[in-house]
Amino acid sequence: MRYLPLNETDRGDMLARIGVNSIDDLFADIPENVRMKELLDLPKRASELEVERKLSAMAAKNTSAGSVPFFVGAGAYKHHVPATVDHLIQRSEFLTSYTPYQPEITQGTLQYLFEFQTQVARLTAMDVANASMYDGSTGTGEAVLMAHRVTKRNKAVLSGGLHPQYREVVEGLSNMAGDRVVSLPADPTGTEDILSQIDDETSCVVVQSPSFYGQMIDLKPIAEKAHQHKALLIAVFTEVVSLGLIEPPGTQGADIVVGEGQSIGNGLNFGGPYVGLFATRQKYVRQMPGRLCGETVDAEGKRGFVLTLSTREQHIRRDKATSNICTNSGLCCLAFTIHMSLLGQAGLTKLARINHGNAVKLKKLLAGIPGVEVLNSAYFNEFTIALPKVAEDVVEQLAERGILAGLPVSRLEPGNKDLANLLVVASTEVNTDEDRAAFADALKEVLA
Amino acid sequence: MSMNTQGRPTAAGEAGDSFRPKTFTGNRGLDMEEPLIFEFGSLETTGVDLDEDESAEFELGGFRRQAAIGLPGLAEPEAMRHYVRLSRNNYAIDSGLYPLGSCTMKHNPRLNEKMARLAGFGDIHPLQPVSSVPGALELIDSLAHWLMVSTNMSAVAMSPKAGAHGELCGMMAIKAAHTAAGRDPKIVLVPESAHGTNPATAALLGYKVVNIDAKDDGTVDLEALKSTIAEHEGNIAGIMLTNPNTCGLFEREVKQIADLIHAADAYFYCDGANFNAIVGKARPGDLGVDAMHINLHKTFSTPHGGGGPGSGPVVLSARLAPYAPLPFIRRTEDGLELVETNAATKDGEQPFGRMTAFHGQMGMYVRALSYMMSHGSDGLRQASEDAVLNANYVRVGLQDLMSLPFGERPCMHEVLFDDSFLKDTGVTTLDFAKAMIDEGYHPMTMYFPLVVHGAMLIEPTESESRAALDLFIATMRDLVMSAKRGETDRFSGAPYLAPRRRLDETGAARNPVLSWSEPEPAEVTPAAAE
Repeated sequence: MRYLPLNETDRGDMLARIGVNSIDDLFADIPENVRMKELLDLPKRASELEVERKLSAMAAKNTSAGSVPFFVGAGAYKHHVPATVDHLIQRSEFLTSYTPYQPEITQGTLQYLFEFQTQVARLTAMDVANASMYDGSTGTGEAVLMAHRVTKRNKAVLSGGLHPQYREVVEGLSNMAGDRVVSLPADPTGTEDILSQIDDETSCVVVQSPSFYGQMIDLKPIAEKAHQHKALLIAVFTEVVSLGLIEPPGTQGADIVVGEGQSIGNGLNFGGPYVGLFATRQKYVRQMPGRLCGETVDAEGKRGFVLTLSTREQHIRRDKATSNICTNSGLCCLAFTIHMSLLGQAGLTKLARINHGNAVKLKKLLAGIPGVEVLNSAYFNEFTIALPKVAEDVVEQLAERGILAGLPVSRLEPGNKDLANLLVVASTEVNTDEDRAAFADALKEVLA
Repeated sequence: MSMNTQGRPTAAGEAGDSFRPKTFTGNRGLDMEEPLIFEFGSLETTGVDLDEDESAEFELGGFRRQAAIGLPGLAEPEAMRHYVRLSRNNYAIDSGLYPLGSCTMKHNPRLNEKMARLAGFGDIHPLQPVSSVPGALELIDSLAHWLMVSTNMSAVAMSPKAGAHGELCGMMAIKAAHTAAGRDPKIVLVPESAHGTNPATAALLGYKVVNIDAKDDGTVDLEALKSTIAEHEGNIAGIMLTNPNTCGLFEREVKQIADLIHAADAYFYCDGANFNAIVGKARPGDLGVDAMHINLHKTFSTPHGGGGPGSGPVVLSARLAPYAPLPFIRRTEDGLELVETNAATKDGEQPFGRMTAFHGQMGMYVRALSYMMSHGSDGLRQASEDAVLNANYVRVGLQDLMSLPFGERPCMHEVLFDDSFLKDTGVTTLDFAKAMIDEGYHPMTMYFPLVVHGAMLIEPTESESRAALDLFIATMRDLVMSAKRGETDRFSGAPYLAPRRRLDETGAARNPVLSWSEPEPAEVTPAAAE
């Protein structure tokens, strides 16, 4: 077996050195009646070539985003990632290192985490960011739990513009933990009345902007109302590129900002691994979940970095910890940090403008198709259209024509007739004018 | 160009032996000091060329960003050099033995990386039409099959994002099963040797954690368990037990433990962090386990990446299978169906909810399946056997000098020492670990598990050759002898030779500096008005 350095001679010599007759003597603690005699009922070892053949055949059955005009967003976005990023994250020293528990020999990881935290804090205009969560959705669940700890209340109000699967993650966690959740009905246009839901029992209000449906939401009045009732505003985003162009949640009064960072540095990967971004105000830092990297000095006075405030964490506090999270998204943070370092604010702003411009162009094209109505007045790189037909069927027909056209809302919100014809479409820098024209032409055909 | 010394002497001068220059740069040869990007990057620079075709029109409402972001950019060569230099300050499996107990730092095959980057896996969207990703469902279903067969369990919840997330998933399934049965027990039993994530997970779900005692040999005390169950009769939701446990020992009475727990209408959650010891040797389903997460980033070699991403699928017994969370893949006569919503469930499927958006860590699934297929049933068993063999080889190589808390008995894939061999030497477990760094080794897990004093948990994994183990053992022996001879300087100030000396962690926590700020106020350029 190519991954195992020991040969039969080694094994024999080592068993003799240990003083046992056979390998099974070392497994004697496993009761005889449950110790396996036979091999597992699975295929035997395979060469690299054979594995590559089988997995490549599976992969070939999928339509990759880069191979067709592609307009699906809704929480994960197709962007171009510079080749440098993937090269660097495959450096052995990054790829095959563990969580930096021994800071003297993991300054590489720790320094990029410190850079990552600084980048995220600046993007969101918040005081502090942690060293990442698993993804945006689980980060949102953790943000709600954190708000409960800060406010010592347990009622969360979720906007109808929150990604439905993010909502389900929060609801699941809250139901299990015995907390209360008020989830507002789906809100494609950003016109819900969330202010009236906030009262003195509210721990937090969770609002996504741009919303799941693409609509820009004014967070300021929500923050104001929340603060009047001593509740927190949790601002959520799924498209981090938007922060290159729009007013950050931090200047709109958010207390916790949580979002998905996949767009920067990370591929689509069918939904994971991604990287959750999580930032808050300085005063709440000790209630934060997840790993934090901090600056310090070594015994010679040189600057260095360490994991810090670990008294919040499970390996120290056990059942009193702020979260059970241990592993986070280290390598995805690195990809984010490198891509963001390459972009800088100059590149990010430009990238964001291109994304927005492409969405504006797409909106104009689609809005010109008879029967299509665009629901959003203000948006970043995605928006929702109402079709004269069931969106799921339209998407299938477009897929048959070689166009992956967006997310029919009904896939995530089945059973709601009002949403059956809605389609969320995104356009990023990867789309060309030809892509958009092909989409519009095919849609015209399908709707005709 | 090669150097023509033209016969000039190339040997160092006389001062060369002891003189250590204090360099102008702070660099020491290949060991480079590297500033933060914020200290040398420029706000004007970008290392990404983008189309000039920017939007002239804005439909952002009134939400255009007004203030500058404050993020410097780097040209590509600058970025390359910066991150390459940072990488060189990291220890990694690829550069040396990484005996971090309970973390399973095994070789990460690069075939897995190549497979995960195939466009058909790496460049597919979680919400593109299901009809356009049949190969993705096939991959997830294949891995699920390998995991279920390896564990002899009925179902697997694939989506948890890491081990602790898997624990949460498993405990949520247990809670859902109790609720469905009209029960509401409040207590979860956790042995003291457990990973901190176990009690943290139970507490997250509102459970009260009750410790169960260990016997002198580090395994669960069956009598203590019986009396604890009796004391809380009818109020126990389950037990969270790591097996093999964190002392590196297989719980011999695991079946009896399972029977006691089941007789109390409770469930057996097994922490699968140490599954690497027993793949192909014992199946959790045969041990009475109801739920167990599998750290794909431990047992099945997906890279740890400096702290993630992980992946923690949870295998479930028949009793818990109905409660598996969304999404899941259903096998039908017509092929595979992706079930993403409650509306799509059928009789008998009662998902307790959803752990995460989308479908979990697809990128990690590909790597893990690539690993499992490469090994096959024979290779998987061989890997476990080699992991256990290597750990025992280290044990017998060190047991006369170091101290085994539970006597000279075989261990599983990791060997636990306590610090009694350091008594009266003035050297602590921490000092000892830091001295290992100077010798070019990553330290073992220390001060965990909590059940022994000054714990040192060594897990060599199956990836080490006999020669590598021999050198490791010889090095450890030299360090122990040195400590016993009273050479405390070698330990108390260690590491001396790493990129950094010991870091002030207390200071870091007292006055947390969690992001970089300018020494002086930076210039702020407001963005052009909308």
